[in-house]
Amino acid sequence: MKKQLLVLMLPAFAMLSCGGSKEKTEKQAITIKGSDTVLPLAQMEAEKLMKQDSSITVSVIGGGTGVGITALLEGSTDIAMASRDLKTEEALKFSEAKKEIEKVLIAYDALSVIVHPGNKVSQLTREQIEKIYTGEIKNWKEVGGEDLKIVAYSRESSSGTYEYFKEEVLDDKNYATDVLSMPATGAIVQSVGQTKGAIGYVGLAYQTKSVKQLAVSYDEGKTFIAPSVAAAKDKTYPISRPLFFMYEKVNSEKVKSIIDYTLSEEGQKIVLEVGYVPLK
Amino acid sequence: MKTNYKKFQEKFIEGLLMLSGTVTSLTVLLIVVFLFSEGLGVFNKKPIDDDFNLTIHAENRISKLSPSQVKNIFDQKIKNWKEVGGKDEKIILFKIDDISDFYTDDQLGKDFKNLSWCINDYIVKHRGVIAFFSKKYISKNFKGKILDVDKIKVSEFLSGDEWFPTARPVAQMGVKPLILGTLWVSLGAILIALPLGLAAAIYLSEIANSRIRNILKPLIELLAGIPSVVYGFFGLVIIVPLIQQLFNLPVGETALAGSVVLGIMALPTIITISEDAMRNTPRAMKEASLALGASKWQTIYKVVIPHSASGITAGAILGIGRAIGETMAVLMVTGNAAIIPTTLLEPVRTIPATIAAELGEAPNGGVHYQALFALGCILFIITLVINLLVEFVTKRKTLSKH
Repeated sequence: MKKQLLVLMLPAFAMLSCGGSKEKTEKQAITIKGSDTVLPLAQMEAEKLMKQDSSITVSVIGGGTGVGITALLEGSTDIAMASRDLKTEEALKFSEAKKEIEKVLIAYDALSVIVHPGNKVSQLTREQIEKIYTGEIKNWKEVGGEDLKIVAYSRESSSGTYEYFKEEVLDDKNYATDVLSMPATGAIVQSVGQTKGAIGYVGLAYQTKSVKQLAVSYDEGKTFIAPSVAAAKDKTYPISRPLFFMYEKVNSEKVKSIIDYTLSEEGQKIVLEVGYVPLK
Repeated sequence: MKTNYKKFQEKFIEGLLMLSGTVTSLTVLLIVVFLFSEGLGVFNKKPIDDDFNLTIHAENRISKLSPSQVKNIFDQKIKNWKEVGGKDEKIILFKIDDISDFYTDDQLGKDFKNLSWCINDYIVKHRGVIAFFSKKYISKNFKGKILDVDKIKVSEFLSGDEWFPTARPVAQMGVKPLILGTLWVSLGAILIALPLGLAAAIYLSEIANSRIRNILKPLIELLAGIPSVVYGFFGLVIIVPLIQQLFNLPVGETALAGSVVLGIMALPTIITISEDAMRNTPRAMKEASLALGASKWQTIYKVVIPHSASGITAGAILGIGRAIGETMAVLMVTGNAAIIPTTLLEPVRTIPATIAAELGEAPNGGVHYQALFALGCILFIITLVINLLVEFVTKRKTLSKH
């Protein structure tokens, strides 16, 4: 809800800033479109930048990484927000259209796997998580816990996090039909916190005391790494993904202000505030 | 002169009224036409992306796979071709993003010039391969076999029990769990709301004195004004844990939680309409009953309720109509797992929740988008039947009066 409110308010912000600087300098309007994961971050960055420099207006629109990249290809946006790298097919489309794309890494997003705080299990391998979400493992005692049915929570299929978790952790297999899907990350935290056998996945930023984070292993159980900002930064924590701003090279002058601001110390502080992992 | 003016004024107002009636009817018609034209479009489409192909090795005997077989192959549940009627050969999955694992950048060429050659080469060299890639990269002398995918059939759509609309390569569009989920939740809601609503209506119309009624009735009507997200959150935080503890369940997000929340939401409609119907019972009839020596309860049971039966039914059906279409509250409390429910104590996924959760990201005009509109059509038909039922019930009552 808050997201939508912000999107609605952005034009209002833009209008306000219009009134302030009457024909002082030439207006710069930048459009950013794409990933819903990056959306809250881009909105904050845009808002702060516009407060500093009233000659720039930035409008931020969600819709998903794919939507943003398509818009960039069609030229209907200046910057595409992406929560993944370009797919081979997308790279092909850009080279077909003879467009050179610049990718700027702006932050990392780490997903943590969470369980009810009363759960004895504190670590799982990637293979175990895959089997839990594809319905092969149904009881906690199969992974060293007590005799309790596993209740797996996921995001809705429209969410980028759903796709990312499927590709990265489930080896691109489909979720089992009895996995519960929740409309929002906050709802997953709430449900996992009140359901004894629950397991879920959320962005690192959403950790609260009502749930327990699991350490995960990507080398079949040799090393387990607990999710933390530090572990995500030095890339030892495996379930983390880069977040990008992408733009056409010919546009670099136009989008410089917002990109420079995002990469600045101030901009990276916002990254941490919004709940992602800053670059440095 | 004055009469002319008055006549003109009357004509003008008449025209305005007619116009607004026409506009409303047209809008309704337009929406229905839009809904059905989008929704029925799904049966003209294949559950695979238009410009993508599913190809196998030329010597593979298989020429057709059902959507669920394709899904199980790509989920690695089917690992050998003999499980789907082919030769004893291990299945090798190939996706275009893996191409750089098998061919060097030199082989692929600058800007992926040789991509279609590489794909062809890979398919020719692996007998057990099944590949999923865009039609654009099929080379002119392509040596593999292209698998045919059937269009979505109405019967499969209605009877399929797996809902994976975004699964690739082939989407699974089975809406049976969603329809059943919607009906279960609504049935539960009516079982909870009807007795409660009826009791409240009887109390308000027959037992409560006017002062209490003047306080209570607006309060109950206020229930209808609370946004459904609030009901949903209330359900998630209060009702879900309560149900979980009460029945000692592994998970509290169940059809029952949805029913309770919807039941509460349907209460104001049921109470208001049935109370109005009960208060319409002629005073003479009630007094006659009391004068004959019947007690207050006997009067309510034998005179008031039968007299207002049609109003009560209408209230119940309208209340449930609201419950069936309710989106947000249900989305938050039922768990949204698309499984066919066997009891009220299991998670379910309802039609409105599915549409609300998925329409935002479904590509405009695609199969998924149209499938969601088809779900809308099903919901429309269900509510239409309910409304016709109301019409029928109230009509029968008026006829029997004469």
